[in-house]
Amino acid sequence: MQFKLVLTLLLSLLLAGCGYNQIQINDEQVGASWSEVLNQYKRRADLIPNLVQVVQGYAAHEKDVLTRVTEARANVAGMKVTPELVNDPEAMARFQKAQGELSGALSRLLVVAENYPNLKADAAFRDLQAQLEGTENRITVARNRYIKAVQEYNVTVRTFPNNLTAMVIGAKTKANFTVDNEAVISAPPKVEFGTPARPAAQ
Amino acid sequence: MPCPLPVLLRLLAVLAMVLGLARGAWAEDLQPVPPLASHVTDTVGLLTPAQRDMLQQRLAGLARDKGAQVAVLVVATTRPEPIEVFAMRVAESWRLGRAGVDDGLIFLVARDDRRLRIEVGRGLEGVVPDAVAKRIIAEVVAPRFKAGDFPGGIEAGVDALIERVSAEALPPPVADAGSDGALSDIDLGGLLLVGVILVPLALTVLRALLGPFGGAGVAGALAGYGAWQLSGMVILGLVVGVVAFLVILGMGAGGGGGRRGGGGWSSGGDWGSLGGSSGGGGFSGGGGDFGGGGASGDW
Repeated sequence: MQFKLVLTLLLSLLLAGCGYNQIQINDEQVGASWSEVLNQYKRRADLIPNLVQVVQGYAAHEKDVLTRVTEARANVAGMKVTPELVNDPEAMARFQKAQGELSGALSRLLVVAENYPNLKADAAFRDLQAQLEGTENRITVARNRYIKAVQEYNVTVRTFPNNLTAMVIGAKTKANFTVDNEAVISAPPKVEFGTPARPAAQ
Repeated sequence: MPCPLPVLLRLLAVLAMVLGLARGAWAEDLQPVPPLASHVTDTVGLLTPAQRDMLQQRLAGLARDKGAQVAVLVVATTRPEPIEVFAMRVAESWRLGRAGVDDGLIFLVARDDRRLRIEVGRGLEGVVPDAVAKRIIAEVVAPRFKAGDFPGGIEAGVDALIERVSAEALPPPVADAGSDGALSDIDLGGLLLVGVILVPLALTVLRALLGPFGGAGVAGALAGYGAWQLSGMVILGLVVGVVAFLVILGMGAGGGGGRRGGGGWSSGGDWGSLGGSSGGGGFSGGGGDFGGGGASGDW
């Protein structure tokens, strides 16, 4: 036990030249980028109650769309989001799915809003829409930076000789925003006209 | 059960093709980011030289008085990217605004796309929030653009932005760009002086006073302490100290001050890169960060 500790300490010192510090630096970078992603998603979630309220003032009977936005937001808010999420691909996928559903519900809300000229002319709605657009753009930027940070980290962890260091200290590659998840997110919403869905195969 | 290999191979080929195509399109057709030479960059000649100079003077005045770096960029098109993505690339390449304060702003017009965007640095998001940027675009700039008055629209938009930024209590500018550059030159010269003349001199004196071993020991300790303070890492300080000790000891009495000068050089390089980011003549970004805030619009 004692020997193992000493060995680990010695290895850590030796491995400083083999990317240990680089791994730590990149790991921290990934953490910071991820916090920024969360920060911007939070910002978006915070905008939604006001938006829903303003839209309700003009288009109260669009209950379906409004409910869906509110529900999607509640889902997002109900998720336990920790920095450790980055190391758990499944939780990450769930998180992305929830955020993706909120994105879809929001864009539908904005499409519906197009039908209400009074709503579109409302100053509060215009400001909220500008904020929402800005925030969506910030999310995109934050996600891009996160993707780059994870890429850098993964490259560090997987290249020689850092991979040996990574093995010793147990640093694993991190989950990124993947194309698969993107496909789930960007799947077009089903169009329903109030009739219950029938089984496709007869 | 059929062998899935051919299907797999075909899939791979298709994938490779798609990726290749996508990469090709991506790499070749992206609009280049124009070099940052002044506060106003007009690649399509939307402004007359007189108008450009006037805007340039106003923005330079803002940078002098408040420290905030606001730039105007007019391009023909941002295709195939949306204006937001292109604006972000410009922001990341120009790095307007002071490092840490992040008070940069880009007023971007894509003439042929009929799109414009105000990209706001992180430090200015409070004074030019998205809603304000959107209003400036929709109420100040777009009506003039619609009427074909591009210089008037840009001028009015920039004035509105300057007004907002001037109202913000930003940290005062340390010095204007010109004297800043001169200052860093002096620093660099001073460091060179230390590295090339004073360090070998001090080494010689130390060696004469304390003998080769003691001299190298003291110099090594000093170098190690310096490295520790500069880098904040004890281990690095130790390593540098030991290496410096060995090198100085190894140099003996001969005229080997150049080696130690190398140590001086590395810190000189550090300072040089610091100075380089702030000065260098003309106009350059101060290392400000953009987070994607701002608004886009059309006319």
